[in-house]
Amino acid sequence: MSIEVDARGLSCPEPVLMTMRQLNAVPSGIIKVLVSNAAAEENVSRLAENKGWKVKAEKDGEDTILILTK
Amino acid sequence: MKKHAWVIVTGGILGLFGVILFQMGNPPNMGICIACFLRDISGALGFHRALPVQYLRPEILGLVLGAFLIALLTKQVKAVGGSSTFTRFFLAILAMIGMLVFLGCPVRLVLRLAAGDLNALLGLVGLVAGIAVGAQFLSYGFTLGPTSNQNKINGYIFPVLVLLCLFLLLFKSPFLFFSKTGPGSLHAPLLISLGAGLIIGILAQRSHLCMAGGIRDFIMFRDKHLLYGFLTMLAVALVGNIIFGGFKFGFANQPIAHSDGLWNFLGMTLSGICITLLGGCPLRQLIAASEGNTDCAVTVFGFLIGAAFAHNFGMAASAKGVPFDGQAAVVIGLLVVLVIASLNSRFSLVQKPSVRGGSSNVNRS
Repeated sequence: MSIEVDARGLSCPEPVLMTMRQLNAVPSGIIKVLVSNAAAEENVSRLAENKGWKVKAEKDGEDTILILTK
Repeated sequence: MKKHAWVIVTGGILGLFGVILFQMGNPPNMGICIACFLRDISGALGFHRALPVQYLRPEILGLVLGAFLIALLTKQVKAVGGSSTFTRFFLAILAMIGMLVFLGCPVRLVLRLAAGDLNALLGLVGLVAGIAVGAQFLSYGFTLGPTSNQNKINGYIFPVLVLLCLFLLLFKSPFLFFSKTGPGSLHAPLLISLGAGLIIGILAQRSHLCMAGGIRDFIMFRDKHLLYGFLTMLAVALVGNIIFGGFKFGFANQPIAHSDGLWNFLGMTLSGICITLLGGCPLRQLIAASEGNTDCAVTVFGFLIGAAFAHNFGMAASAKGVPFDGQAAVVIGLLVVLVIASLNSRFSLVQKPSVRGGSSNVNRS
């Protein structure tokens, strides 16, 4: 099962907060986080990596999809 | 440590330039202050007529142009906007009033601390308290809503306006007001200020450094990333001040500061809440505006108008202290911002439309 977090258009710390709620809710799996600015991409990636998740970034037009796996 | 490198370098340069620009002629403990410099720009453009604080600070112009150029080169200019724009404008006005009651933004707060000004310690406690309150609202689901993508051209208006200001300054336009005495008359040579601004703008765009963000992220996530920038700036400026003799420990007779602890605290509490709800300190707002975020451009204009209000209506503090109107504005501002924060939080007690999708979604919590 994959969870999707849509944080497009939101500025920090909201994308991080939304992602953290999901990371705390599930011990492992796949979480897709949609972000639309570089600061959000960096901050969400740092949070996920600190919590032991692998992060892969894919461009989706003007947005970025961060695929977090653990 | 590698992932923190940009933030640490940016903080270090900010601290170093803060000390150097003071040595080169900027006002004491005000080598760089985003709030004070926006206030001076507001005066230079004639929005307020407080004669001692009028100068079109090249540091701010350089900062915007540096951030814009590097964003352009790295293809990060992206026009976005439409996230509760007027609310942002209003919060920026309140934030600026709070900062002008304290006499400094988070950047100058660090420079004042690094120069031994203990009044700034109360400002720091206020800032942390304000950020903690703002962070609490964020965890309650406070949001100003998402931005939408806009046509590219909209992202270029702000940097082009700043470029126009630079031409006005370079050609000493008669439209501009320049202080003959007071802090506005104290400034480093134009090209040095501009160059320093350009470098800081480039670094701040790369690092996303935010002075309030460091405290916020530590409170909310125990994430120290941005805090490293804050602490590096403090350390570098402290060493710089000791070397250049700019360090004077104590509360009394600190330059461009007052010793009214309560209002140093409450002024920064107000601005701490506002900038947390806005998503970043004045430095961060300037950088995001340069990258095409039109909401942040409006926020910067909110700071300019807030500075004009603060001086036109006698609210801004001076070395003599905080006038009654300034004290009243901070108290009313605190009440107003708490109402705005509550009503924009998802767990608020009143009905509000859902954040995404626009349908009316009654909150039953």
